[in-house]
Amino acid sequence: MAYLHTHVRPMQGWWRRNPFYRRYMLREVTALFVAAYAVELLVGLVRLAQGRAAYEAWRAALATPPALAFHALTLAAFLYHAWTWLEVMPKTMPFVTVRDHRVSDRAIVVAGVTASVIASIALFVAVRLVIAP
Amino acid sequence: MKRSNKPIFWSLFGAGGMLAALIGPMLVFMTGLAIPGGFLLPPEAMSYERVLALARHPLGKFALLAIIALFLFHAMHRLYHSLHDLGIEVGPGRRALFHGLAGAGTLAAAALLLVIGT
Repeated sequence: MAYLHTHVRPMQGWWRRNPFYRRYMLREVTALFVAAYAVELLVGLVRLAQGRAAYEAWRAALATPPALAFHALTLAAFLYHAWTWLEVMPKTMPFVTVRDHRVSDRAIVVAGVTASVIASIALFVAVRLVIAP
Repeated sequence: MKRSNKPIFWSLFGAGGMLAALIGPMLVFMTGLAIPGGFLLPPEAMSYERVLALARHPLGKFALLAIIALFLFHAMHRLYHSLHDLGIEVGPGRRALFHGLAGAGTLAAAALLLVIGT
């Protein structure tokens, strides 16, 4: 097969060319933090299974300044991750119709953000109630 | 025609994404900042006794397994698809590796929850 000797635009650093691509790559990077958080919980389970001393060492490590700084960064990543997930919901879920009218994209995003806020507050309140009834 | 396994992994990816969007930031805030820092929640919230009781309760086991497994499947699926964006070749081997890592983490969490007992 003969190849045409035309210019092929290099792909190196393609995502730096456009703000939309940069936001896309930032969203993909947040997956690293989601994976890291899951691994961290898994390590916590390992330490818990090993007994009190091992678990307390893991818990003490969480309270160190580097761990707190990392979790502040992780929280920012999770917030961006959550927002991008809810923002594309109008495109990723099937059409919803109410009385023969398609529910608008905006209404879907607002419903998603509202559900997240309510679920998060409910979780926080539940934890507080369990700790101090 | 051989059935595709894509719907399974996409469902796990979707479920993980939805769980992360609903409660992910709050989980990180509580377990990573509020409780270790003693801010809004006391550090004793994650004492050995409390977390052991959580891991021994059937609902606690379910919640811990769901969070770890779905977050892993969600993140590994997305990271697998990012390989192509970075110009790294993808194929059945790499796909199996990424989904396999999530599967291994899920099995490890399930095994640990079994060992911890009731």
